[in-house]
Amino acid sequence: MTFFLQMLVSGIVVGSIYALVALGFVLIYKASDALNLANGEFVLIGSYICLTLVTALQLPFLVALLITLGVCAVLGLMVERVVLRPLLNAPTISIIMATIGLGNLLAGLVHMVWGHQTRVYPNLFPDTPVTFGGVLITPVYLWSFIIVMLLLIVFTVFFKYSKMGVAMRAVADDLQAAASMGINVKRVFAITWAIACIVAAVGGVLLGNINGVNATMSVIGLTVLPVVILGGLDSIPGAIVGGFIIGILQSIAGGYLDPLVGGGLKEVFPFFIVILILMFKPYGLFGKGGMERV
Amino acid sequence: MLHVDNIEVVYSKMILVLKGMSLQVPDGKIVALLGSNGAGKSTTLKAISGLLGGDGGQVTKGKIVYEEKDITAWSPDKIVQQGVFQSMEGRRVFKHLTVEENLMAGAHSRKDRRNIKKDMERVYHYFPKLKDLNSRHAGLLSGGEQQMLAIGRGIMAKPKMLLLDEPSLGIAPLLVKEIFKNIKQINEEEGMSILVVEQNANVALSIADYGYIIEDGRSVMEAPVSELLTNQEVQEHYLGMSEEGRKNYREVKAYRKKQRWI
Ligand SMILES: Nc1ncnc2c1ncn2[C@@H]1O[C@H](COP(=O)(O)OP(=O)(O)OP(=O)(O)O)[C@@H](O)[C@H]1O
Ligand SMILES: [Mg+2]
Repeated sequence: MTFFLQMLVSGIVVGSIYALVALGFVLIYKASDALNLANGEFVLIGSYICLTLVTALQLPFLVALLITLGVCAVLGLMVERVVLRPLLNAPTISIIMATIGLGNLLAGLVHMVWGHQTRVYPNLFPDTPVTFGGVLITPVYLWSFIIVMLLLIVFTVFFKYSKMGVAMRAVADDLQAAASMGINVKRVFAITWAIACIVAAVGGVLLGNINGVNATMSVIGLTVLPVVILGGLDSIPGAIVGGFIIGILQSIAGGYLDPLVGGGLKEVFPFFIVILILMFKPYGLFGKGGMERV
Repeated sequence: MLHVDNIEVVYSKMILVLKGMSLQVPDGKIVALLGSNGAGKSTTLKAISGLLGGDGGQVTKGKIVYEEKDITAWSPDKIVQQGVFQSMEGRRVFKHLTVEENLMAGAHSRKDRRNIKKDMERVYHYFPKLKDLNSRHAGLLSGGEQQMLAIGRGIMAKPKMLLLDEPSLGIAPLLVKEIFKNIKQINEEEGMSILVVEQNANVALSIADYGYIIEDGRSVMEAPVSELLTNQEVQEHYLGMSEEGRKNYREVKAYRKKQRWI
């Protein structure tokens, strides 16, 4: 039982990070109907930048994190300006291809700057685990979870109530009608990319603290694909719930089944789940599937 | 005062749609723009509000002046900030947003955020039905309710000039009357100038002060409403008073639609 709870807890924590990264993915999808296949590289870059700030520059973690967020926001704005804006009226497939190119470019950049060996964050959180009813939780897991939950709450409130949040959803719904409201569509796109980059970076920083950083971390860009397909590509709550579900199932499957089959199941398990779900709910658990009434 | 001065509009760099269109909307007045399908009514409105870009259109000649400022080719958000707001053809409510959020979106460019709640009450005053529906997703409203919401968003923007594109589209006759009564009331109570595009000439002229008739991309007739109502040609073609006019524009619409596809 404790083993199960242990797996559950680590699944929840990793799932919360998936949720965060998936959120960025969904935002881009909602705004431009395109998959952002450079998302994994955003995660990677964020992680490396923060790592450099805490190791090479010896900055305190929170300061480093804030600077990372700032840098990544600028990166997101630049990506929108340079890569996406020229494609504003281009077909979706062109946008997706552009993000693939961008991903490769960023991956190459990371390789040039940081090399390819795994780097680890210095111990930023205390080592001694806390126990909750017999379940051991290392502080880095606990803090990751708290940080993610805070961010998710902030974003939920932002999208629901703030002027910019409503404008972002309006743009996602009907671009031209949103423009007719006086919403500056270009600015909305820019902010969307900035936010996507920020949440990816936070995901990268937290994962880096848990597992260390190397180029394979960008695989998370692929892992959140099942998450968002599960939740419904266009649903923010879906991304969050989907993140948790995939995280938990993956962790439990990894804990129980991996020893039986000699490992490796953990990585493909999310894709199994997605195939299953799609057989019954083609738009994902929360996808809109065209709410129409005309 | 809005002054559209001899504009040409081209779509996709080659389809010439407006061929020297002119019109004026004096402050505080209601002006009706009538014309058959494909004449260029929506194009005229989108040229004014800067929304042509999204359709691949462009003003290639002439200019649009609002309150002494040449707003031709300004971006839509800047034009809204000047106080010119368009409610687009086909209602175009944000389906996945609630009624209230749609109204908030309408108020996007407002600087006086504090008065927004109060103005929402004003919208509910004109359209009480929306109040009961305020937390429902707009995509689930009926066509008439969506149209009220679309006009409501215009009220929330507090523009000085409201451009309405076929507010009667797909709405039962009785409700059309009511909506136009409200439009008139908004014009009188808020002092909002209104430029309304309509297929339903009868109802549009019943509230307008002045009317234009557009054919094939240019204005072919303009007159105070009292004159238009007694003009024989207008009566026949737009008010459906003769046999021929009564054939109604549905057939014409179907025919034109077919033409567009070819
Ligand atoms: N995006 C576009 N690209 C090319 N041609 C267009 C485009 N939009 C409109 N047109 C053409 O421009 C002409 C005028 O269209 P517009 O929508 O302004 O007509 P309208 O007077 O509003 O008609 P309706 O009463 O049917 O709404 C039509 O012939 C139409 O086919
Ligand atoms: Mg039209």
